[in-house]
Amino acid sequence: MNDSNLLRTPLFEEHLQLKGRMIPFDGFDMPVQYSGIIDEHLAVREKIGIFDISHMGQIEIKGIDALPFVDYLLTNQFSDMKDDSIKYSPMCYFHGGQVDDLFVYKISNRFILLIVNASPNYSEKDEQWIREQAGNYDIEIHNKSNEYGAVAIQGPLAEKLLNPFFKGDISLTDLKRFKFVYGKIFGKEVLISRTGYTGEDGFEIYTAKGDDIVDIWRNSLQEGDKFGIKPCGLGARDTTRFEVCYWLYGNDIDETVNPLESGQGWTVKLNKKNFIGKDALLKIQQDGIKRKLTGLYIAQGGIPRHGMEVLFDNKKIGYITSGNYCPTLKKVYAMAYLDLPFNKKSNMVQVLLRNKKIEAEVVDMPFLAPFNKR
Amino acid sequence: MSKEVKEGLLYSKNDEWLKVENDLGTVGVTDYAQDQLGDIVYVEEIKKGAVLRKGDIITTVESVKAVAEVYAPISGEIVEVNQIIIDEPSKINKEPYGNGWFAKLRISNPDEIKELMTAPDYSEYRKE
Repeated sequence: MNDSNLLRTPLFEEHLQLKGRMIPFDGFDMPVQYSGIIDEHLAVREKIGIFDISHMGQIEIKGIDALPFVDYLLTNQFSDMKDDSIKYSPMCYFHGGQVDDLFVYKISNRFILLIVNASPNYSEKDEQWIREQAGNYDIEIHNKSNEYGAVAIQGPLAEKLLNPFFKGDISLTDLKRFKFVYGKIFGKEVLISRTGYTGEDGFEIYTAKGDDIVDIWRNSLQEGDKFGIKPCGLGARDTTRFEVCYWLYGNDIDETVNPLESGQGWTVKLNKKNFIGKDALLKIQQDGIKRKLTGLYIAQGGIPRHGMEVLFDNKKIGYITSGNYCPTLKKVYAMAYLDLPFNKKSNMVQVLLRNKKIEAEVVDMPFLAPFNKR
Repeated sequence: MSKEVKEGLLYSKNDEWLKVENDLGTVGVTDYAQDQLGDIVYVEEIKKGAVLRKGDIITTVESVKAVAEVYAPISGEIVEVNQIIIDEPSKINKEPYGNGWFAKLRISNPDEIKELMTAPDYSEYRKE
Protein backbone atom coordinates (compact mmCIF):
# COMPACT_ATOMS: atom_id res chain seq x y z
CA MET A 1 0.00 0.00 0.00
CA ASN A 2 2.77 2.49 0.79
CA ASP A 3 4.85 2.71 -2.34
CA SER A 4 7.94 4.64 -1.35
CA ASN A 5 8.24 6.34 -4.75
CA LEU A 6 4.88 8.00 -4.40
CA LEU A 7 4.50 11.54 -3.12
CA ARG A 8 2.25 12.30 -0.19
CA THR A 9 0.09 15.36 0.30
CA PRO A 10 0.05 17.06 3.73
CA LEU A 11 -3.25 15.20 4.32
CA PHE A 12 -1.80 11.71 3.85
CA GLU A 13 -2.09 10.72 7.53
CA GLU A 14 -5.68 12.03 7.61
CA HIS A 15 -6.59 9.74 4.72
CA LEU A 16 -5.16 6.72 6.53
CA GLN A 17 -6.97 7.63 9.72
CA LEU A 18 -10.26 7.93 7.81
CA LYS A 19 -9.56 4.52 6.23
CA GLY A 20 -9.25 5.96 2.76
CA ARG A 21 -8.34 3.37 0.16
CA MET A 22 -5.04 4.61 -1.23
CA ILE A 23 -4.02 4.27 -4.86
CA PRO A 24 -1.21 5.72 -6.98
CA PHE A 25 -2.42 8.70 -9.02
CA ASP A 26 -0.17 10.98 -11.09
CA GLY A 27 2.77 10.18 -8.81
CA PHE A 28 0.81 10.66 -5.57
CA ASP A 29 -0.51 8.22 -3.03
CA MET A 30 -4.14 9.39 -2.99
CA PRO A 31 -7.47 8.13 -1.59
CA VAL A 32 -9.80 6.74 -4.26
CA GLN A 33 -12.64 6.36 -1.76
CA TYR A 34 -13.57 6.27 1.93
CA SER A 35 -17.21 5.28 2.49
CA GLY A 36 -17.82 4.39 -1.17
CA ILE A 37 -17.83 6.32 -4.43
CA ILE A 38 -21.60 6.53 -4.83
CA ASP A 39 -22.13 7.50 -1.18
CA GLU A 40 -19.52 10.26 -1.49
CA HIS A 41 -20.89 11.39 -4.86
CA LEU A 42 -24.38 11.82 -3.42
CA ALA A 43 -23.00 13.70 -0.40
CA VAL A 44 -21.54 16.25 -2.83
CA ARG A 45 -24.81 16.58 -4.76
CA GLU A 46 -27.08 16.77 -1.71
CA LYS A 47 -24.94 18.06 1.17
CA ILE A 48 -21.16 18.57 1.27
CA GLY A 49 -18.07 16.68 0.27
CA ILE A 50 -14.46 17.57 1.04
CA PHE A 51 -11.66 16.57 -1.31
CA ASP A 52 -7.89 16.71 -0.88
CA ILE A 53 -6.68 18.55 -3.98
CA SER A 54 -3.16 19.22 -2.72
CA HIS A 55 -1.83 17.11 -5.59
CA MET A 56 -2.84 19.85 -8.03
CA GLY A 57 0.00 22.06 -9.23
CA GLN A 58 0.50 25.78 -8.63
CA ILE A 59 2.69 27.86 -10.91
CA GLU A 60 3.16 31.55 -10.16
CA ILE A 61 3.91 34.04 -12.94
CA LYS A 62 5.24 37.31 -11.55
CA GLY A 63 6.56 40.48 -13.14
CA ILE A 64 5.66 43.48 -15.23
CA ASP A 65 4.75 41.31 -18.25
CA ALA A 66 2.79 38.67 -16.34
CA LEU A 67 -0.57 39.49 -17.89
CA PRO A 68 0.56 39.94 -21.53
CA PHE A 69 2.60 36.74 -21.20
CA VAL A 70 -0.39 34.71 -20.01
CA ASP A 71 -2.41 36.21 -22.87
CA TYR A 72 0.23 34.90 -25.27
CA LEU A 73 0.64 31.54 -23.52
CA LEU A 74 -3.04 30.57 -23.31
CA THR A 75 -6.02 30.58 -25.66
CA ASN A 76 -8.49 32.49 -23.48
CA GLN A 77 -8.51 36.29 -23.07
CA PHE A 78 -6.94 37.78 -19.95
CA SER A 79 -6.12 41.40 -20.79
CA ASP A 80 -9.62 42.50 -19.77
CA MET A 81 -9.66 40.43 -16.59
CA LYS A 82 -10.39 42.04 -13.24
CA ASP A 83 -8.23 41.41 -10.18
CA ASP A 84 -9.53 38.62 -7.88
CA SER A 85 -11.16 36.79 -10.75
CA ILE A 86 -10.59 33.39 -12.33
CA LYS A 87 -10.73 32.03 -15.87
CA TYR A 88 -10.44 28.55 -17.31
CA SER A 89 -8.22 27.97 -20.32
CA PRO A 90 -6.54 25.29 -22.38
CA MET A 91 -2.77 25.66 -22.80
CA CYS A 92 -2.02 24.68 -26.38
CA TYR A 93 1.02 23.66 -28.36
CA PHE A 94 1.69 25.52 -31.60
CA HIS A 95 -0.08 22.68 -33.45
CA GLY A 96 -3.27 23.25 -31.46
CA GLY A 97 -3.09 20.12 -29.27
CA GLN A 98 -3.10 20.69 -25.54
CA VAL A 99 -0.26 20.79 -23.01
CA ASP A 100 -2.78 20.97 -20.18
CA ASP A 101 -5.95 22.73 -19.11
CA LEU A 102 -5.81 25.08 -16.15
CA PHE A 103 -7.33 27.85 -14.09
CA VAL A 104 -5.89 31.35 -14.15
CA TYR A 105 -6.17 33.34 -10.91
CA LYS A 106 -5.49 37.03 -11.52
CA ILE A 107 -4.08 38.39 -8.29
CA SER A 108 -2.84 41.58 -9.98
CA ASN A 109 -1.41 42.71 -13.33
CA ARG A 110 1.96 41.54 -12.06
CA PHE A 111 0.96 38.33 -10.31
CA ILE A 112 -0.89 35.47 -11.96
CA LEU A 113 -1.42 32.09 -10.30
CA LEU A 114 -1.97 29.06 -12.53
CA ILE A 115 -3.69 25.99 -11.06
CA VAL A 116 -2.56 23.10 -13.24
CA ASN A 117 -3.07 19.36 -13.22
CA ALA A 118 -1.44 17.14 -10.63
CA SER A 119 2.24 17.49 -10.00
CA PRO A 120 4.72 16.03 -10.77
CA ASN A 121 3.36 14.47 -13.98
CA TYR A 122 1.86 17.68 -15.25
CA SER A 123 3.15 20.62 -13.26
CA GLU A 124 6.77 19.88 -14.22
CA LYS A 125 5.84 19.36 -17.85
CA ASP A 126 3.82 22.59 -17.73
CA GLU A 127 6.58 24.49 -15.97
CA GLN A 128 9.12 23.43 -18.58
CA TRP A 129 6.79 24.39 -21.42
CA ILE A 130 6.03 27.76 -19.86
CA ARG A 131 9.73 28.52 -19.32
CA GLU A 132 10.49 27.69 -22.95
CA GLN A 133 7.86 30.20 -24.09
CA ALA A 134 8.92 33.06 -21.83
CA GLY A 135 11.30 34.57 -24.40
CA ASN A 136 11.71 38.30 -23.84
CA TYR A 137 8.76 38.66 -21.49
CA ASP A 138 9.86 40.28 -18.23
CA ILE A 139 8.56 37.64 -15.84
CA GLU A 140 9.58 35.17 -13.16
CA ILE A 141 8.16 31.65 -13.06
CA HIS A 142 7.88 29.81 -9.76
CA ASN A 143 6.59 26.27 -9.50
CA LYS A 144 5.11 26.15 -5.98
CA SER A 145 3.32 22.82 -6.40
CA ASN A 146 5.14 21.17 -3.51
CA GLU A 147 4.41 24.00 -1.09
CA TYR A 148 0.69 24.70 -1.40
CA GLY A 149 -1.93 22.68 0.40
CA ALA A 150 -5.45 22.61 -0.98
CA VAL A 151 -8.93 21.23 -0.38
CA ALA A 152 -12.18 21.50 -2.33
CA ILE A 153 -15.36 21.80 -0.27
CA GLN A 154 -18.28 21.15 -2.59
CA GLY A 155 -22.02 20.88 -2.30
CA PRO A 156 -25.17 22.92 -1.69
CA LEU A 157 -24.37 23.40 2.01
CA ALA A 158 -20.71 24.39 1.57
CA GLU A 159 -21.34 28.12 2.02
CA LYS A 160 -23.42 27.53 5.14
CA LEU A 161 -20.61 25.49 6.67
CA LEU A 162 -17.69 27.76 5.84
CA ASN A 163 -19.05 31.31 6.02
CA PRO A 164 -19.20 31.58 9.86
CA PHE A 165 -15.53 30.58 10.10
CA PHE A 166 -14.22 32.92 7.42
CA LYS A 167 -12.73 36.37 8.04
CA GLY A 168 -11.86 38.47 5.00
CA ASP A 169 -12.71 41.64 3.08
CA ILE A 170 -16.01 40.14 1.98
CA SER A 171 -18.12 37.28 3.31
CA LEU A 172 -18.30 34.01 1.43
CA THR A 173 -21.97 34.77 0.76
CA ASP A 174 -20.81 37.74 -1.30
CA LEU A 175 -18.05 35.80 -3.04
CA LYS A 176 -19.28 35.27 -6.59
CA ARG A 177 -18.61 32.31 -8.83
CA PHE A 178 -15.11 32.41 -10.39
CA LYS A 179 -13.91 34.99 -7.85
CA PHE A 180 -11.44 34.56 -5.03
CA VAL A 181 -10.56 36.39 -1.84
CA TYR A 182 -7.74 36.25 0.70
CA GLY A 183 -8.61 35.82 4.36
CA LYS A 184 -8.53 33.48 7.31
CA ILE A 185 -10.54 30.34 7.75
CA PHE A 186 -10.36 28.38 11.00
CA GLY A 187 -7.58 30.83 11.87
CA LYS A 188 -5.36 29.94 8.89
CA GLU A 189 -4.29 32.28 6.08
CA VAL A 190 -5.92 31.15 2.84
CA LEU A 191 -6.84 32.02 -0.69
CA ILE A 192 -10.40 30.84 -1.19
CA SER A 193 -12.20 30.71 -4.52
CA ARG A 194 -15.79 29.96 -5.47
CA THR A 195 -14.84 27.24 -7.92
CA GLY A 196 -14.85 23.49 -8.20
CA TYR A 197 -14.83 20.43 -10.40
CA THR A 198 -18.09 18.82 -9.33
CA GLY A 199 -20.91 20.84 -10.90
CA GLU A 200 -22.05 21.91 -7.44
CA ASP A 201 -21.65 25.18 -5.61
CA GLY A 202 -18.52 25.19 -3.51
CA PHE A 203 -15.08 26.46 -2.72
CA GLU A 204 -11.45 25.64 -3.25
CA ILE A 205 -9.13 26.63 -0.43
CA TYR A 206 -5.39 27.08 -0.87
CA THR A 207 -2.80 27.52 1.87
CA ALA A 208 0.75 28.67 1.10
CA LYS A 209 1.95 26.37 3.90
CA GLY A 210 1.01 22.77 3.31
CA ASP A 211 0.60 21.98 7.01
CA ASP A 212 -2.12 24.61 7.46
CA ILE A 213 -4.42 22.58 5.27
CA VAL A 214 -4.51 19.80 7.88
CA ASP A 215 -6.29 22.06 10.40
CA ILE A 216 -8.72 23.23 7.75
CA TRP A 217 -9.47 19.63 6.76
CA ARG A 218 -10.06 18.54 10.37
CA ASN A 219 -12.16 21.57 11.31
CA SER A 220 -14.28 21.29 8.16
CA LEU A 221 -15.05 17.65 8.89
CA GLN A 222 -15.83 18.39 12.53
CA GLU A 223 -18.01 21.46 11.91
CA GLY A 224 -19.53 19.92 8.80
CA ASP A 225 -20.66 16.78 10.57
CA LYS A 226 -24.08 18.27 11.35
CA PHE A 227 -24.51 19.10 7.65
CA GLY A 228 -23.62 15.58 6.58
CA ILE A 229 -20.16 16.31 5.17
CA LYS A 230 -18.20 13.33 3.85
CA PRO A 231 -14.55 13.00 2.90
CA CYS A 232 -14.43 12.22 -0.82
CA GLY A 233 -11.79 10.50 -2.90
CA LEU A 234 -10.66 10.53 -6.49
CA GLY A 235 -13.49 8.17 -7.44
CA ALA A 236 -16.20 10.68 -6.54
CA ARG A 237 -14.07 13.47 -8.00
CA ASP A 238 -14.24 11.61 -11.30
CA THR A 239 -17.94 10.69 -11.20
CA THR A 240 -19.06 14.19 -10.18
CA ARG A 241 -17.04 15.89 -12.91
CA PHE A 242 -18.16 13.27 -15.43
CA GLU A 243 -21.90 13.82 -14.88
CA VAL A 244 -21.51 17.50 -15.75
CA CYS A 245 -19.02 16.70 -18.56
CA TYR A 246 -16.02 18.64 -17.30
CA TRP A 247 -12.94 17.57 -19.24
CA LEU A 248 -10.30 15.42 -17.58
CA TYR A 249 -6.87 15.98 -19.04
CA GLY A 250 -5.34 12.66 -20.10
CA ASN A 251 -8.80 11.21 -20.76
CA ASP A 252 -10.97 13.65 -22.69
CA ILE A 253 -8.26 16.04 -23.84
CA ASP A 254 -4.54 15.67 -24.48
CA GLU A 255 -1.82 16.72 -26.93
CA THR A 256 -3.68 15.06 -29.83
CA VAL A 257 -6.90 16.98 -29.26
CA ASN A 258 -7.54 20.62 -30.11
CA PRO A 259 -10.00 22.75 -28.13
CA LEU A 260 -12.30 23.29 -31.10
CA GLU A 261 -13.17 19.59 -31.36
CA SER A 262 -13.37 19.03 -27.59
CA GLY A 263 -16.10 21.64 -27.06
CA GLN A 264 -13.68 24.07 -25.41
CA GLY A 265 -14.12 26.51 -28.30
CA TRP A 266 -15.57 29.21 -26.02
CA THR A 267 -12.15 29.45 -24.38
CA VAL A 268 -10.33 30.11 -27.65
CA LYS A 269 -10.25 33.80 -28.56
CA LEU A 270 -9.17 33.73 -32.19
CA ASN A 271 -9.49 37.51 -32.49
CA LYS A 272 -6.71 37.98 -29.93
CA LYS A 273 -3.61 39.50 -31.51
CA ASN A 274 -1.26 36.60 -30.99
CA PHE A 275 -1.13 33.48 -28.87
CA ILE A 276 0.42 30.05 -29.00
CA GLY A 277 -1.59 27.82 -31.33
CA LYS A 278 -3.47 30.66 -33.01
CA ASP A 279 -2.31 29.89 -36.57
CA ALA A 280 -3.09 26.19 -36.26
CA LEU A 281 -6.47 26.79 -34.63
CA LEU A 282 -7.44 29.40 -37.25
CA LYS A 283 -6.68 26.90 -39.98
CA ILE A 284 -8.62 24.15 -38.18
CA GLN A 285 -11.57 26.52 -37.89
CA GLN A 286 -11.40 27.48 -41.58
CA ASP A 287 -11.09 23.87 -42.74
CA GLY A 288 -13.79 22.73 -40.30
CA ILE A 289 -13.31 20.16 -37.55
CA LYS A 290 -13.47 16.48 -38.51
CA ARG A 291 -14.63 15.05 -35.18
CA LYS A 292 -16.28 16.27 -32.02
CA LEU A 293 -16.51 15.27 -28.38
CA THR A 294 -19.99 13.75 -28.12
CA GLY A 295 -22.26 12.47 -25.37
CA LEU A 296 -23.53 8.88 -25.50
CA TYR A 297 -26.29 7.17 -23.51
CA ILE A 298 -25.97 3.44 -22.98
CA ALA A 299 -29.27 1.78 -22.07
CA GLN A 300 -27.76 -1.64 -21.39
CA GLY A 301 -24.77 -3.90 -21.88
CA GLY A 302 -22.04 -2.48 -19.67
CA ILE A 303 -19.90 0.58 -19.12
CA PRO A 304 -17.76 1.98 -21.95
CA ARG A 305 -14.27 2.84 -20.71
CA HIS A 306 -11.49 5.09 -21.97
CA GLY A 307 -10.03 3.97 -25.30
CA MET A 308 -12.85 1.64 -26.43
CA GLU A 309 -13.76 1.87 -30.11
CA VAL A 310 -17.01 3.35 -31.36
CA LEU A 311 -18.44 1.78 -34.51
CA PHE A 312 -21.07 2.52 -37.12
CA ASP A 313 -21.85 -0.21 -39.63
CA ASN A 314 -18.83 -2.12 -38.27
CA LYS A 315 -16.51 0.76 -39.16
CA LYS A 316 -14.55 2.63 -36.53
CA ILE A 317 -15.86 6.18 -36.26
CA GLY A 318 -14.42 7.21 -32.93
CA TYR A 319 -13.28 6.26 -29.46
CA ILE A 320 -14.48 6.60 -25.88
CA THR A 321 -12.70 9.16 -23.69
CA SER A 322 -14.66 8.63 -20.46
CA GLY A 323 -17.56 6.44 -19.49
CA ASN A 324 -19.27 5.63 -16.24
CA TYR A 325 -22.37 4.98 -14.24
CA CYS A 326 -23.80 8.33 -13.19
CA PRO A 327 -24.94 7.99 -9.57
CA THR A 328 -27.29 11.00 -9.61
CA LEU A 329 -28.98 9.98 -12.85
CA LYS A 330 -28.67 6.22 -12.19
CA LYS A 331 -27.77 5.71 -15.84
CA VAL A 332 -24.67 4.90 -17.88
CA TYR A 333 -23.20 7.58 -20.12
CA ALA A 334 -19.98 8.06 -22.06
CA MET A 335 -18.08 10.75 -23.91
CA ALA A 336 -16.45 9.95 -27.23
CA TYR A 337 -14.77 11.64 -30.15
CA LEU A 338 -17.00 10.84 -33.09
CA ASP A 339 -16.22 11.61 -36.72
CA LEU A 340 -18.71 14.05 -38.24
CA PRO A 341 -21.57 13.62 -39.03
CA PHE A 342 -22.05 10.61 -36.74
CA ASN A 343 -22.31 12.99 -33.77
CA LYS A 344 -25.87 14.02 -34.70
CA LYS A 345 -28.29 13.85 -31.79
CA SER A 346 -30.31 10.62 -31.54
CA ASN A 347 -27.96 8.81 -33.92
CA MET A 348 -27.35 5.20 -32.86
CA VAL A 349 -23.77 3.90 -32.77
CA GLN A 350 -22.08 0.87 -31.20
CA VAL A 351 -19.35 0.60 -28.61
CA LEU A 352 -16.98 -2.35 -28.85
CA LEU A 353 -16.91 -3.62 -25.28
CA ARG A 354 -15.05 -6.85 -24.47
CA ASN A 355 -15.67 -8.32 -27.93
CA LYS A 356 -19.35 -7.50 -27.98
CA LYS A 357 -21.11 -4.51 -29.49
CA ILE A 358 -23.42 -2.49 -27.33
CA GLU A 359 -25.83 0.17 -28.56
CA ALA A 360 -25.24 3.81 -27.72
CA GLU A 361 -27.38 6.83 -28.51
CA VAL A 362 -25.96 10.29 -29.19
CA VAL A 363 -27.27 12.72 -26.56
CA ASP A 364 -26.59 16.27 -25.43
CA MET A 365 -23.87 17.10 -22.95
CA PRO A 366 -23.75 17.67 -20.06
CA PHE A 367 -25.68 14.66 -18.80
CA LEU A 368 -26.52 16.56 -15.61
CA ALA A 369 -26.70 20.36 -15.67
CA PRO A 370 -24.38 22.14 -13.23
CA PHE A 371 -26.14 23.48 -10.11
CA ASN A 372 -26.61 27.03 -11.43
CA LYS A 373 -28.35 25.78 -14.59
CA ARG A 374 -30.76 23.27 -13.09
CA MET B 1 -11.24 -3.34 8.11
CA SER B 2 -11.87 -7.04 8.40
CA LYS B 3 -14.49 -8.49 6.13
CA GLU B 4 -17.01 -11.16 6.95
CA VAL B 5 -16.17 -14.75 6.11
CA LYS B 6 -19.21 -16.91 6.61
CA GLU B 7 -18.92 -20.30 8.30
CA GLY B 8 -20.28 -23.31 6.43
CA LEU B 9 -19.41 -22.03 2.97
CA LEU B 10 -16.53 -23.05 0.71
CA TYR B 11 -14.23 -20.51 -0.90
CA SER B 12 -12.14 -20.15 -4.07
CA LYS B 13 -8.90 -18.25 -4.52
CA ASN B 14 -10.77 -15.89 -6.83
CA ASP B 15 -13.01 -14.87 -3.91
CA GLU B 16 -16.16 -16.75 -4.86
CA TRP B 17 -18.12 -18.65 -2.24
CA LEU B 18 -20.02 -21.91 -2.75
CA LYS B 19 -22.82 -23.28 -0.64
CA VAL B 20 -23.39 -26.99 -1.25
CA GLU B 21 -26.82 -28.57 -0.73
CA ASN B 22 -26.97 -32.12 -2.09
CA ASP B 23 -26.03 -31.78 -5.79
CA LEU B 24 -26.79 -28.03 -5.94
CA GLY B 25 -24.19 -25.35 -5.41
CA THR B 26 -25.06 -21.68 -4.87
CA VAL B 27 -22.35 -19.27 -6.00
CA GLY B 28 -21.64 -15.73 -4.89
CA VAL B 29 -18.69 -13.43 -4.27
CA THR B 30 -17.23 -12.81 -0.84
CA ASP B 31 -17.52 -9.73 1.31
CA TYR B 32 -13.83 -9.15 0.63
CA ALA B 33 -14.43 -9.24 -3.15
CA GLN B 34 -17.37 -6.83 -3.09
CA ASP B 35 -15.37 -4.44 -0.90
CA GLN B 36 -12.40 -4.54 -3.26
CA LEU B 37 -14.62 -3.85 -6.25
CA GLY B 38 -16.54 -1.00 -4.65
CA ASP B 39 -20.02 0.03 -5.78
CA ILE B 40 -21.18 -2.58 -8.28
CA VAL B 41 -23.40 -1.03 -10.95
CA TYR B 42 -23.64 -3.66 -13.68
CA VAL B 43 -23.82 -7.43 -13.95
CA GLU B 44 -23.72 -9.05 -17.36
CA GLU B 45 -26.49 -11.50 -18.23
CA ILE B 46 -25.96 -14.96 -16.72
CA LYS B 47 -27.01 -17.75 -19.05
CA LYS B 48 -29.30 -20.34 -17.51
CA GLY B 49 -28.50 -23.78 -18.89
CA ALA B 50 -24.86 -22.97 -19.54
CA VAL B 51 -22.58 -25.90 -18.80
CA LEU B 52 -19.43 -24.66 -17.11
CA ARG B 53 -16.16 -26.18 -16.11
CA LYS B 54 -14.44 -25.10 -12.96
CA GLY B 55 -12.74 -21.77 -13.69
CA ASP B 56 -15.05 -20.80 -16.58
CA ILE B 57 -16.53 -17.30 -16.48
CA ILE B 58 -20.03 -17.12 -15.00
CA THR B 59 -20.39 -13.40 -15.65
CA THR B 60 -18.65 -10.03 -15.66
CA VAL B 61 -19.41 -7.38 -13.07
CA GLU B 62 -18.58 -3.71 -13.27
CA SER B 63 -18.19 -1.23 -10.47
CA VAL B 64 -17.74 2.51 -10.82
CA LYS B 65 -13.99 1.98 -10.92
CA ALA B 66 -13.34 -1.57 -12.05
CA VAL B 67 -14.35 -4.60 -14.11
CA ALA B 68 -14.08 -8.13 -12.75
CA GLU B 69 -14.93 -11.64 -13.81
CA VAL B 70 -16.75 -14.10 -11.62
CA TYR B 71 -15.60 -17.70 -12.16
CA ALA B 72 -17.30 -21.00 -11.50
CA PRO B 73 -15.68 -22.40 -8.34
CA ILE B 74 -16.87 -25.85 -9.41
CA SER B 75 -18.06 -27.55 -12.62
CA GLY B 76 -21.75 -27.78 -13.34
CA GLU B 77 -24.81 -26.54 -15.20
CA ILE B 78 -26.44 -23.24 -14.31
CA VAL B 79 -29.98 -24.14 -13.23
CA GLU B 80 -31.04 -20.88 -11.63
CA VAL B 81 -29.99 -17.24 -11.99
CA ASN B 82 -30.57 -14.59 -9.34
CA GLN B 83 -32.44 -11.89 -11.25
CA ILE B 84 -32.20 -9.58 -8.22
CA ILE B 85 -28.52 -8.81 -8.84
CA ILE B 86 -29.10 -8.18 -12.54
CA ASP B 87 -31.83 -5.64 -11.72
CA GLU B 88 -30.13 -4.24 -8.65
CA PRO B 89 -26.36 -4.90 -8.69
CA SER B 90 -25.81 -3.00 -5.43
CA LYS B 91 -27.36 -6.01 -3.64
CA ILE B 92 -23.99 -7.72 -4.12
CA ASN B 93 -22.34 -5.00 -2.03
CA LYS B 94 -25.05 -4.99 0.60
CA GLU B 95 -25.67 -8.73 1.01
CA PRO B 96 -22.81 -10.67 -0.54
CA TYR B 97 -23.82 -13.88 1.31
CA GLY B 98 -27.58 -13.23 1.11
CA ASN B 99 -29.66 -11.75 -1.69
CA GLY B 100 -26.44 -10.93 -3.55
CA TRP B 101 -25.88 -14.54 -4.70
CA PHE B 102 -25.28 -15.05 -8.43
CA ALA B 103 -26.42 -18.47 -9.61
CA LYS B 104 -27.14 -22.08 -8.67
CA LEU B 105 -25.22 -24.88 -10.36
CA ARG B 106 -26.00 -28.57 -10.60
CA ILE B 107 -22.65 -29.94 -9.53
CA SER B 108 -21.20 -32.33 -12.11
CA ASN B 109 -17.94 -33.23 -10.40
CA PRO B 110 -18.30 -33.43 -6.60
CA ASP B 111 -14.62 -34.36 -6.25
CA GLU B 112 -13.78 -30.71 -6.92
CA ILE B 113 -15.40 -29.67 -3.66
CA LYS B 114 -12.38 -30.69 -1.64
CA GLU B 115 -10.17 -28.35 -3.70
CA LEU B 116 -11.99 -25.36 -2.20
CA MET B 117 -11.08 -23.60 1.06
CA THR B 118 -13.02 -23.74 4.30
CA ALA B 119 -13.97 -20.50 6.07
CA PRO B 120 -10.93 -20.52 8.40
CA ASP B 121 -8.62 -21.27 5.45
CA TYR B 122 -10.11 -18.44 3.42
CA SER B 123 -9.84 -16.02 6.36
CA GLU B 124 -6.17 -16.92 6.59
CA TYR B 125 -5.78 -16.56 2.80
CA ARG B 126 -7.23 -13.03 2.84
CA LYS B 127 -5.71 -11.93 6.14
CA GLU B 128 -4.42 -8.40 5.74
